[in-house]
Amino acid sequence: MQANPHKWVAGHVSTLPKSGIRDFFELVAKMKGDEVISLGVGEPDFTTPWHIREHAIYALEKGKTYYTSNLGMPELRKGISSYVSANFGIDYRYDDQVIVTVGVSEALDLAFRAFVNPGDKVMYHQPCYVSYHPSIQLAHGEAIAVPTYAKDNFALTAEALEAAWQPGAKILMLNLPCNPTGGTCSKEQLDKIAKFTCDKDLLVLSDEIYSELTFEGVHTSIASLPGMAERTIFLHGFSKAFAMTGWRIGYACGPAVLIDAMMKVHQYAMMCASIIAQEGALEALRNGADAVAKMREQYHRRRDLVVRRFNEIGLGCHSPRGSFYAFPRVSDVGMNAKAFSVGLLQQEKVAVVPGTAFGPGGTGHMRACFATSYEKLIDACDRMERFVERSRS
Amino acid sequence: MLKLLLEGGRLTTAQMAQVAGIAEAEVVQYLEQLKKDKIFLGWRPVLDLSREAAAEAAVEAIIEVRVTPEREGGFNRLAERISRFDEVHTCMLVSGGYDLLVIVRGKSLQKVAAFVSEKLSTFEGILSTATHFLLRCYKDQGFMLESEESTSSRLNVAP
Repeated sequence: MQANPHKWVAGHVSTLPKSGIRDFFELVAKMKGDEVISLGVGEPDFTTPWHIREHAIYALEKGKTYYTSNLGMPELRKGISSYVSANFGIDYRYDDQVIVTVGVSEALDLAFRAFVNPGDKVMYHQPCYVSYHPSIQLAHGEAIAVPTYAKDNFALTAEALEAAWQPGAKILMLNLPCNPTGGTCSKEQLDKIAKFTCDKDLLVLSDEIYSELTFEGVHTSIASLPGMAERTIFLHGFSKAFAMTGWRIGYACGPAVLIDAMMKVHQYAMMCASIIAQEGALEALRNGADAVAKMREQYHRRRDLVVRRFNEIGLGCHSPRGSFYAFPRVSDVGMNAKAFSVGLLQQEKVAVVPGTAFGPGGTGHMRACFATSYEKLIDACDRMERFVERSRS
Repeated sequence: MLKLLLEGGRLTTAQMAQVAGIAEAEVVQYLEQLKKDKIFLGWRPVLDLSREAAAEAAVEAIIEVRVTPEREGGFNRLAERISRFDEVHTCMLVSGGYDLLVIVRGKSLQKVAAFVSEKLSTFEGILSTATHFLLRCYKDQGFMLESEESTSSRLNVAP
């Protein structure tokens, strides 16, 4: 009998669309790498600070090559507990309220698998990180997209949540500051969202991976608001603030019962995060604050540069309060997201990501990551200006 | 602007103007003011002298100098006098087992040796010198030499 491999792929996986970013990645990969200025990445251009790398090398030399506790090394969990308390004002016990994961992506997957029954509804704001919708689907949940708008600087509002809410909604997924929009919420907006989640009795999954990269004001975690810690899973990691994307190290904090449920999935699926990555993370928490501050300062200047240039070029762009992404409107120059991104890549060799890769809310926008050098940003903006002028004429 | 100078040494004044969001003329004016205030003393390339193309003036020596301080002026007069020689690249007063740390550059070992023995060590007030010829430099003014970070495998597009 002739084998048909397609029939072995699970139905809910075979119907899952591939990431919209994937097509674009293939297109960029065909171009000669050196010629392309990429504003299409989702990671810092800095290499992990040397003291963190050196600490991990030392750990390897000392023979730290074994499994750790499922929850993660106790010293690291203690460090995370202190860090979250000092920086976010939320107190978690290290022994049963913190779990170390393989990046925030794993923490998110654990949360969906641990908390979503088939058919449970999960609300998430959109445009958003590419994996939220598929991760909900993979957990057999039903995703409810809540739109955010350019007129609000892509901040999520309680009014939009009210409008999108459906009976049976169980979870609200937040990502503030947001990839790809850089949108954040003010304290007042966050208070209203917190009240909404209490009224509707929702569990909140709060991905705060970009929180250290907040340029104006102070980042407030929804978990720090009165009564919210008991209904929030605080998700965070080291990738963005400490430039540790390839280490794949993150964590989740929350009520002990919920962390225990996530731990059950984690212990069977992953066992534990890499011990070397955990060692690096520990060093990052102990001595990484200066490097984070230095990187944030540079991102801030780069943000001001690209936002100003985009607006000069005629691509309406709000100033993102956090993250290292700008999300300008390409529809302002009469193009759709894909035509702009493909045209810019082919004619001027600048890679950006079409906003539609982040959901229908990204229509008419593109995401430009400003985590790259001043020279490259200036050059990329000049090339973009040429492209826009040419397409107008 | 000072931060920009320190972190982005390769930027032109036009690029600095773009980053800072001001006119290029303002950047030039600011740099002139920094020069007037003797904060910004000049530009100088950082070369890896082990490379053939940059091998001119490749010999460098680090010299520890012990000095008798003078009743009025301490170490300053002698330190300034030493600093005026073209061969002297750097001269600083330090704490510890010696007083002045002097970096001397020359086209050959003989020229550097001659400078130390015939000029430097003959100054009145100099008690002793200890000369260390530089064999290999690993990091110079913030730049790693002979060591490249691997960034070529970074993805051009990522979520």
